[in-house]
Amino acid sequence: MRLEKRAERSDAMALASPFLALVLTVITAAIIFLIHGDNPFHALYVYFIEPLTALWSVEQLLVKAAPLVLIGAGLAVAYRANVWNIGAEGQLTLGAILAGMIPVMFPGWQSPLTLIMMMLMGILGGMIWGAIPATLRNRFNANEILTSLMLVYVAQLLLDWLVRGPWRDPQGFNFPKSITFTDWQLLPYLTSGIHLGVVIALLAALALGFVMARTVKGFEITVAGLSPRAARFSGFSEKRTILFCMMLSGGLAGLAGAIEISSVVGQLQPQISPGYGFAAIIVAFLGRLNPVGVIFAGLLLALSYIGGEAVQTALQIPDKITRVIQGVLLFYVLACDTLILYRITSGKSA
Amino acid sequence: MDLLLTLPIIIMTAATPLLLAALGEAVAERSGVLNLGVEGMMVMGAVAGFGGAFLTGNPWVGILAAIVAGVLMSLLFGFLSLTLLTNQVATGLALTLLGLGLSALVGEAFVGQPGVRLPTVGGIDPLIPFSFILTTVVGYVLFRTKTGLIIRAVGNSHAAAHALGYRVIMVRYLCVMFGGACAGLAGGYLSLVYTPQWVENMTAGRGWIALALVVFASWLPLRILAGAYLFGTISILSFVMQAQGLGIPSQFLSSLPYLGTILALVVISGNKALTRRNTPASLGQPFVPDR
Repeated sequence: MRLEKRAERSDAMALASPFLALVLTVITAAIIFLIHGDNPFHALYVYFIEPLTALWSVEQLLVKAAPLVLIGAGLAVAYRANVWNIGAEGQLTLGAILAGMIPVMFPGWQSPLTLIMMMLMGILGGMIWGAIPATLRNRFNANEILTSLMLVYVAQLLLDWLVRGPWRDPQGFNFPKSITFTDWQLLPYLTSGIHLGVVIALLAALALGFVMARTVKGFEITVAGLSPRAARFSGFSEKRTILFCMMLSGGLAGLAGAIEISSVVGQLQPQISPGYGFAAIIVAFLGRLNPVGVIFAGLLLALSYIGGEAVQTALQIPDKITRVIQGVLLFYVLACDTLILYRITSGKSA
Repeated sequence: MDLLLTLPIIIMTAATPLLLAALGEAVAERSGVLNLGVEGMMVMGAVAGFGGAFLTGNPWVGILAAIVAGVLMSLLFGFLSLTLLTNQVATGLALTLLGLGLSALVGEAFVGQPGVRLPTVGGIDPLIPFSFILTTVVGYVLFRTKTGLIIRAVGNSHAAAHALGYRVIMVRYLCVMFGGACAGLAGGYLSLVYTPQWVENMTAGRGWIALALVVFASWLPLRILAGAYLFGTISILSFVMQAQGLGIPSQFLSSLPYLGTILALVVISGNKALTRRNTPASLGQPFVPDR
């Protein structure tokens, strides 16, 4: 078996690749369930299908997809430009910290402006945390992959200190939590289960899809990724692209953090995200690095979280399986993407 | 025991896993392959090492299991990035995400179980001298032997190495596997020596710090040794300062190794001449033989 370069990239394969990857992931999941001693068909049903059959779990799905889509859309744009932001989890955390500052510092301030201010602070926090690796890369040539990841740990430790120290709820029985947010410190719910964050995520991804497909900025980013030399000749500044991509993806991750603490979590606590910032990396690739594709990929990754909880309660399979399935999925997506540019041929070369 | 007497030993145990993992990654990167999956290989080494030792009662079986786990993970990376020509950055990230998830799943049964400790002589375990020997061997092989010349040639210009008749993909597979073995061993060191137990995510970013070490040691083994000991010292000093209760919040001290890594990257990477001289020219680029 060997790979042979196709004459031109296969658009059909580019579309089929994520589905092929999904099929392979489901097969792998079945094998894991089998090893664990479960009926694989029943376990697959509980993991992938059952959550889609009840209204409340579909609402859960949308709520979990919101941060994944928001972060994934930003990362998709950054990765397009070959800007490797892998510290979205940290940018999410800093966004949550700055957004949470409003209700913690001004607990009595209750107006629609409170909520808007929280969201803006969230974006600001993520942008700052994203601008640091960009600036270090632009000024000192420091690798943004490593610096953005290191800042994840720093942000998480900062949050940990805040909720155990200065921002701890004085009436909270010494639990490491801030005060619980109320009224205008929380996002309004559209139905019993879906909050406004779902709509924000959807609109953000669509807007970003438009920017990438129809505007000069989107073109600039695409060129920067495909051919840095061509981008330079066209007068597009590489440094500006790096800063823009890091602040855009950071800002969206920060917004996701603000949305999480003003909805599902409802306060600041040491852990505010089950690794959305890292799962969003998978979302970006699964969504073909296209903000609109990311919407579907985000829903699928959200399903992987909910399915993991479902098999844990129904079949006592550890919910750790979620992260295995997510990791396996990314592997298959990357492997299947090879088929866009290459075909598999048998035997010797011609 | 007196803190001043034990401190050097504690620093050595903190530095050794960083040193081992970084040495392996340096060899892989010298051959032109950027494997960002060190954290994933390391954490799999940690769980396999703990499991091997726990199930057999023999810590050496654990060490062997850790190495095997690291190599298997690296082969997965190699198959995708070298055979299927996937993007190395993305594949490395995938390896880390998969390793963290898989180790958590496999390790469920080991949480809270008593660990098996590798025997020590005067507080020094056998892997500490081994890590020094490995540093010397890697340095010697890379810069004083034909093997090393081939590895560096493949990493600097895969097209030229290929034209000379060297099997680029094969060399890279072997270097990636060496990196996997070292990362696995480093993980096993954590769960058999540093803190003999299994805790989810117990590598806590050490794989990433090792990756950064390789960069700011400019791919030179002796500098990796120095860097690993510098970071071992920083992380242990932050522990000691926490124990002394100087009134500095523990979270700030815990963040020192991460902030230190950023600082070191900034200082070294800013020196463009040094970085350019040592960076493998084909680093991260897939190789497609054009027959």
